[in-house]
Amino acid sequence: MPILSLGDAIRDHVADGDCVAMEGFTHLIPFAAGHEIIRQGRRDLHLVRMTPDLIYDQLIGMGCARRLTFSWGGNPGVGSLHRLRDAVENGWPHRLELDEHSHAGMAAAYCAGAARLPFGALRAYANTDLPAHNTAIRSVQCPFTGETLAAVPAINPDVTILHAQRADLAGNVSLQGIVGAQSEAAMAAKKLLVTVEEVVDQLPPSMNAIVLPHWVVTAVAHCPGGAYPSYAHGFYSRDNAFYQRWDAISRHRESFMAWMQAHVLDTRDHDGFLGSLGWKAA
Amino acid sequence: MTGASRDECMTIAAARMLRDGCVCFVGIGLPSAACNLARLLHAPNIVLIYESGTIGTRPNVLPLSIGDGELAETASYVVPLPEIFSHYLQAGRVDVGFLGAAQIDRFGNLNSTVVGPYEHPSTRLPGAGGAPEIATHARQTFVMLKASPRSFVAQLDFRTCAGFLDGHGARARSGAPGGGPGAVITDFGILRPHPDSQELQLAALFEDATQAEAIAAVGWHLQVSPQVERIAAPTQVELNTLRALHARTREAHLRPVQLPGWVHA
Repeated sequence: MPILSLGDAIRDHVADGDCVAMEGFTHLIPFAAGHEIIRQGRRDLHLVRMTPDLIYDQLIGMGCARRLTFSWGGNPGVGSLHRLRDAVENGWPHRLELDEHSHAGMAAAYCAGAARLPFGALRAYANTDLPAHNTAIRSVQCPFTGETLAAVPAINPDVTILHAQRADLAGNVSLQGIVGAQSEAAMAAKKLLVTVEEVVDQLPPSMNAIVLPHWVVTAVAHCPGGAYPSYAHGFYSRDNAFYQRWDAISRHRESFMAWMQAHVLDTRDHDGFLGSLGWKAA
Repeated sequence: MTGASRDECMTIAAARMLRDGCVCFVGIGLPSAACNLARLLHAPNIVLIYESGTIGTRPNVLPLSIGDGELAETASYVVPLPEIFSHYLQAGRVDVGFLGAAQIDRFGNLNSTVVGPYEHPSTRLPGAGGAPEIATHARQTFVMLKASPRSFVAQLDFRTCAGFLDGHGARARSGAPGGGPGAVITDFGILRPHPDSQELQLAALFEDATQAEAIAAVGWHLQVSPQVERIAAPTQVELNTLRALHARTREAHLRPVQLPGWVHA
């Protein structure tokens, strides 16, 4: 399990057309990795994420995505994801296919993917219009009771990308706090990239902190601050003010493009991104 | 008269409906304020579950997102998100679920997906999130939504969450395990389902709201309960507690983020 630079990790392991899941339920969102995908100009991606959040708003607005599998596409506590809306409502910068679920449905699809089962079964979607607009939401009869259950196909991304607090030199990864569906998305993937706040000789002893073992981790990149403006519990908190500012930045195509140019395209890496926002190395 | 805003009246009315000890699935915004207000006042043992996986959380300030660190730090425990939906919600372990939406119809069905046709929406809304299964599985749901003829509509553009379907027992016949909407808390007062038809009817008005205002704000012909209650004005204690919570929240959200190894110029 190699420890790579983020640039090399994305170059080696994320290809045009891939199905990519960058998980993290408001916490540990892999912003630095998403920005690197934008810098390297990946196209035609099938993006998967329960809550697209700002990072997918940026990827979609920059034309990296062909398809989006998701269950809630807003700016949490603020309002719309304007780039996602522009893509769906106006086809800008191009049309985006939607594969839309509920949280429960996506969680079941990740769990099935992690277990290498073909589908997940759950009591969901009853009496809603979602199945009428998504042929991937079907039903199955329980062979024991005859009950009709909802069925969703397993999600098995080509690559899952996570941000975590730490990895050890062997490539074992631990993450703590709100862990969302990261473990399931990781285990469901063909390849797993993880950016981390710190690399340590050995992970602190802990019986239940989620550990992604080294043999399921494809590569680790050391990327302090890599979840900013999301957060990494124990390291830094969520920049709620930035999430509020994003509403105005992203509302219009011109201000969005200018921001992406200045802070992502014109910066070399995540340190450059932070520097462009006024952060200076202490 | 205490000079409370309608947002404050809604929040306080919702808080009063929550029993101590009940297990409550919380959404961001007014529901989060209402649930925490109840916890700070009459329901210290209320169990608040946020869908990010935090259970028994007691935040000192309201979160902006459903997964702010404050929720994890003040939780009894934090579980992976798939467990929240399978082991807690689907397994029937939630008493009250809070829902919001862009549109509601007379039977409490909700739309949070699109305005206009799904394939070519005029407004793409955030979508379902956890709501369809909260609506299905919680023992009852409370809907919090400001009223206007654009939001309280005769016909939904999309049904994201089932309320009482077409009423008259349709929900129960469909096999939905939860009881459906127990109340809709809006900015003129409270709607509740009619016991037979399940059509939402005007059940209670805020102190300074009128029946005419309620009827004008609803896009279908609103039925009125034979006995419309008058909701007691917020007490000074309720208002002070809520305002202090919001003041703490504003202050916390303005606090600059500290990134280890970096200083902000």
